[in-house]
Amino acid sequence: MPLIQASQLEKTYVAGDITVNAIRNVDFSIEPASFVSFIGPSGSGKSTLLNMIGALDPPTSGTLQVAGQEVTQFSRKDAAQFRGDNIGFVFQDFNLIPVLTVFENVEYPLLMVQNWPKDERRKRVLELLDAVGMADQVNKYPSQISGGQKQRVAVARALVTNAKLVLADEPTANLDRETANRIINLMKRMRDEFQTTFIFSTHDPKIVQNVEITFALEDGRFTNSDNSGGGSHV
Amino acid sequence: MFNIIKLATRNLQRYKRRTFLTSMLITLGVVAVLLFISVSGSFKALMIGQITDSMLGHLQIHKKGYLASVDSLPLNKNLTGKQTNKVKEILDAEEAVEEYSMRIKLGAMFSNFTETTNIRLNAVIPKQEMAAAPLLKDRIIDGKKDGLIEKGEILVPELIAKGMKVKVGDTIVLVANNKDGSVNGQTFLVRGILEGISGPGGRDGMIHLEDAKSLLRFTEPEISEIAIRLKNIDQLPTVFAKLKSELESFRNKEDKPMFEVHTWEKISPFFNIAKMIDLMTLFIKIMLVAIVLVSIMNVMIMAVYERINEIGTISAIGTSPGKILGLFITEGFLLGILGTVIGVAISLISITAMNASQISFDFGRQTGLLLSPTISAGEVITVALIVIGIAVAASLQPAYKATKMDPITALRHV
Repeated sequence: MPLIQASQLEKTYVAGDITVNAIRNVDFSIEPASFVSFIGPSGSGKSTLLNMIGALDPPTSGTLQVAGQEVTQFSRKDAAQFRGDNIGFVFQDFNLIPVLTVFENVEYPLLMVQNWPKDERRKRVLELLDAVGMADQVNKYPSQISGGQKQRVAVARALVTNAKLVLADEPTANLDRETANRIINLMKRMRDEFQTTFIFSTHDPKIVQNVEITFALEDGRFTNSDNSGGGSHV
Repeated sequence: MFNIIKLATRNLQRYKRRTFLTSMLITLGVVAVLLFISVSGSFKALMIGQITDSMLGHLQIHKKGYLASVDSLPLNKNLTGKQTNKVKEILDAEEAVEEYSMRIKLGAMFSNFTETTNIRLNAVIPKQEMAAAPLLKDRIIDGKKDGLIEKGEILVPELIAKGMKVKVGDTIVLVANNKDGSVNGQTFLVRGILEGISGPGGRDGMIHLEDAKSLLRFTEPEISEIAIRLKNIDQLPTVFAKLKSELESFRNKEDKPMFEVHTWEKISPFFNIAKMIDLMTLFIKIMLVAIVLVSIMNVMIMAVYERINEIGTISAIGTSPGKILGLFITEGFLLGILGTVIGVAISLISITAMNASQISFDFGRQTGLLLSPTISAGEVITVALIVIGIAVAASLQPAYKATKMDPITALRHV
């Protein structure tokens, strides 16, 4: 059973008299434990698609099932609950909480979203920090670590809840080539280790080279002739 | 909840200077209010104590209509012996009453044998009067204080003593009309000089009740006024209501109430000053509310604006709107707590220091009154709850705004 199943998905933004069709009637499905990227020029709809999958932005029409749930009709509270239970996010700007240490940043979803017991929480956080190579930096604050290290922490935070899916919006855009490669390899390793699906939106050819399935978007449509997201297996 | 408090504390520490300045503003407001309440409350309590304990008593009972014509000291509105006994029965049965004093109030001509003037007098039973107005003897500025007064003696008001050049030990004559219009005179030995105080009866002289009876040629016992002192002034409203209800059951021939009962508040003009003090306290409290409201709201609006991206992040990773709301409200709450705790501490230290330094002041003709500011735990708790409540209320709008923020828009915010 696919992890994500989208059918006739559309997203339209209306600003005054201007209507923008960000996503136009797309169909696609993504299997569990995939390593997928949405590629395309700016404004092609990559981030919009990612946001819809992440239950951050409801589609205008169509159906979208993620982890067995229809995400198009969620209330704000239900959407938050769904994200907390199923989805991890990795952001271009890392988006760590500056007042929390590395350990506390990774602990945050377990503490504030999933309410794990203290001992289990600690064990799980240290396991993830060890997996991303940040176990020796637990007491540092985000301002005390490098960009690459921040993104490692962000990956650990995304995976700590046993998320079925990690959505990464331009995760290497603010990293140098070497660090970006390390992060991509880390994510791939995490996919292998935790069987988590990773979906990226990116311009970055480094990521495109490493992903297993690529969905190319342009002007809100997949560039496949039938506009279905069969994806290109790399 | 602990985790939200922990995170909120970290967020407040993030902008240390802003947190410090806002807390100090709240602290300043709390200190201003608590000091004002304690000092004005002390002043009020002192004044009320002076007025009730040195003259009025806490309550007074008269024959119906007496107080309306008290300026003319009408002898035809005195309580008869029978009426007085009815009141005494009620007062003796009332546990809250500590003591009461029977008074005859009269006007007379005061002569030092060379000059004559008018004088208003209270005729009292010394033991009763000292118990009902325990500070009265402190008003005797010259002469013997113990025992207050004996038969054949007079306490002359300070102003008359000065004007008539009368000293302790002198003999004077009082001439008075009784209610039938016949005149009688009696000589008195000046026992002491009585300091004048503000308010009704504050410049009256004093003689023994038995002397008033003989001077006025009373054939039957008569009383103009019964001054009552309660064990605890806080019981005043309850006792007043009870006495009023009980006394109203006594009716005269026209089926109208026989007695009237008044609290000191009704009798003394100082009550208006006391009310003004209460009003000023209220305004100071309103100012405090405004300070807290504006400062906390300002800080929280800034906090939300500066952390839009962070709000987007925590929202995206699954933090519920309720927890985001709780987080920002807790920040406001903690700011309120911080300012309040420091403010209360500074206030209590200042109050202790003021008591230690023995600040004195003058009120009317009374000088050297010692200010002893105090504040009740109830007042401190009330002010603290107001501040903390307003701090939470001021955080509501920014916190609500944070919860309503669209995560995508928030994440895009730079």
